[in-house]
Amino acid sequence: MMKKTWQLEDLDCAHCAMKMQEGIAALDGVISASVNYLSARLTIEAEEKDMERIIREAVKICHRIEPDCRIVL
Amino acid sequence: MRRSRSATASSRIAALFCKTMTRRQKKNLRRILLAAALAVAVVLIPAEALPTVWGGESERGLLRLLLFLVPYLIVGWDVLLSAVRNLFRGQLLDEKFLMAISTVGAFALGEFTEGVAVMLLYQVGELFQGIAVGKSRRHIASLMDIRPDTACVLRDGEDVIVSPDEVAVGETIRILAGEKVPLDGVVLSGESSLNTAALTGESLPQHVASGDRVVSGAVNLGGELLVRVESVYAESTVSRILELVENASEKKARVENFITRFAHWYTPVVVGVAVLLGIIPPIFDGNWADWIGRALIFLVVSCPCALVISVPLSFFGGIGGASRRGILIKGAGYMEVLARAHTVVFDKTGTLTHGNFRVTDVSAADGDAPALLALAAAVEAHSNHPIARSVCEACQKTTLFSAEDVCEIAGQGMSAGLNGRRILVGNHRLMEENGISYIPHSGVGTVLYVAADATFLGSILLSDEIKPEAREAVAQLKSCGVRRTVMLTGDRVEIGEAVVREIGVDEAHCGLLPEDKVAKTEEMLTKTPGLVYVGDGINDAPVLSRADVGVAMGALGSDAAIEAADIVLMEDRLSKLPEAIRLSRRTMRIVRQNIVFALGVKGLALLLGALGYANMWGAIFADVGVMVLAILNAMRTMYIGKGKG
Repeated sequence: MMKKTWQLEDLDCAHCAMKMQEGIAALDGVISASVNYLSARLTIEAEEKDMERIIREAVKICHRIEPDCRIVL
Repeated sequence: MRRSRSATASSRIAALFCKTMTRRQKKNLRRILLAAALAVAVVLIPAEALPTVWGGESERGLLRLLLFLVPYLIVGWDVLLSAVRNLFRGQLLDEKFLMAISTVGAFALGEFTEGVAVMLLYQVGELFQGIAVGKSRRHIASLMDIRPDTACVLRDGEDVIVSPDEVAVGETIRILAGEKVPLDGVVLSGESSLNTAALTGESLPQHVASGDRVVSGAVNLGGELLVRVESVYAESTVSRILELVENASEKKARVENFITRFAHWYTPVVVGVAVLLGIIPPIFDGNWADWIGRALIFLVVSCPCALVISVPLSFFGGIGGASRRGILIKGAGYMEVLARAHTVVFDKTGTLTHGNFRVTDVSAADGDAPALLALAAAVEAHSNHPIARSVCEACQKTTLFSAEDVCEIAGQGMSAGLNGRRILVGNHRLMEENGISYIPHSGVGTVLYVAADATFLGSILLSDEIKPEAREAVAQLKSCGVRRTVMLTGDRVEIGEAVVREIGVDEAHCGLLPEDKVAKTEEMLTKTPGLVYVGDGINDAPVLSRADVGVAMGALGSDAAIEAADIVLMEDRLSKLPEAIRLSRRTMRIVRQNIVFALGVKGLALLLGALGYANMWGAIFADVGVMVLAILNAMRTMYIGKGKG
């Protein structure tokens, strides 16, 4: 199990952060996910083998909810 | 006095909004200004002045609509676009969707000015919010501007500039004046003073010389230092502090969770009521325009943004402001508990007292106290026990005698041969064991008895020094609303009670083993809400993690304490504890103000709107105005006036 944190660029709405968190947490293999609006950080806890797939999906979710927001990979 | 402070605070806030905008925000500002100018122009054109082809009233109205649509679309096209997008994705209760519906609705009712104004002010609010949040993020980041960029390491006699995480334990680094200490270590040579303000909030520089420990993140103010690295970068003080502060906002406060749940229900309920309001009453009185107008007011007020943003922002600012003063809080939840702390439990040694023993009385049977002390020190010089070291420290003449054949008697003391006599130095049990009749010392503390062969020579009293600020700190805790203060100690009852009398703690539990402290804390936990435990974090990690809030004191450089505690006081100063409570209470007060204010105004707007007394302008204030005021109020938590605290 591992925990990774990414910076989010242009995360401009608290509501969207909440929705991103819900969306990412619901992904297959995610043990826990948190999107912190104020520190603009995304933290995902998952098995190492799933991580790459999860972050690819997370990028899509973020783009769908807030098109301007970007995960700094 | 008070007014001038708040005046400077508000001018400071105003000033920072002007210069800290991103490019996107500047673009948005231009867009808003352009749309606002156009809207004002359109409003100012009298309807009669509009040119017409047929001269009909309805044609004039259509032209006016088209004119109003220009600023409306300039300022709101992106909102409309994302509203349509959300419509297809089934996210109907998105705030953008609500804004689109209410403004389009206003246009449909012929309230063009209101429609444009709602969209304009919504965008102003968004812009404002973006700037405020960006500002807070940067402010907190600058507070934490302690991350060293490079380290200058000596390798093969040459200075090499590397990243701090490439330096290994045991290497020697050079720190020039003005540079940050990149890694924890011990000074090998050089002398300087360090500014640890960013770590501890203490502005007085700390003097360091050869042999002293330096902590990463401090700034070298004076001369050049050569330092032997004691821990790798990832385990250094600076990384631990940064990690702690950056992760702080993950532990949510109960009130934050409440707001999240509230927001989850508030919007759907308000929108539902709006729909009913727009449909049911007009079925009976047929006044569709009026009731739909009232429903639109509901939609405008239905966004809980003011709360969703200002509450976490208050905690964010509060935690950031506290960290600047050397108080690291691991999450908003702990701030909440600290604000309503009921009982504060102290560990005695190392918290209320310095944790080092000092010789406070020497009573020799023959009246020659210095000689007795020297004799004891000659024997104790062979031991590493803290008490032994204190005896040696108190006596400068250890070379007078040289002891031989030294042996340590566990739990009792020491015995040694000296000038042909057998010297015993130890507690009363050592005396009893050897059948020596001694005069018990009446003082409070740890007593050492000294005997030569079978003759009692005298006794030495050692006491743990109470911290000078302990009494004041306990009194301040009381004035911050703490009901009960308790001291836990492994020491004997007499020692404990003496400390209680001196400091003014309400009660003491003495003679506790480490596991008893855990049990005692758990027992108190079941009876009291809001139990704060304060320890030095060295051997009380289990208790620290058991209490509602565990506070570790003087943790600068102590990894175990930073790990186990919920709140870390970087400096070994008890006065930081009441300060932490006051900061928490201030933050909670601001959070409560925002909740009451936002809910109050929104509730009022909803009520008046439903009864037909509020117009669209009132609704706009209840939405954007409240949000702006709540954010400004929340930002106060970051700025803590100097001297106050």
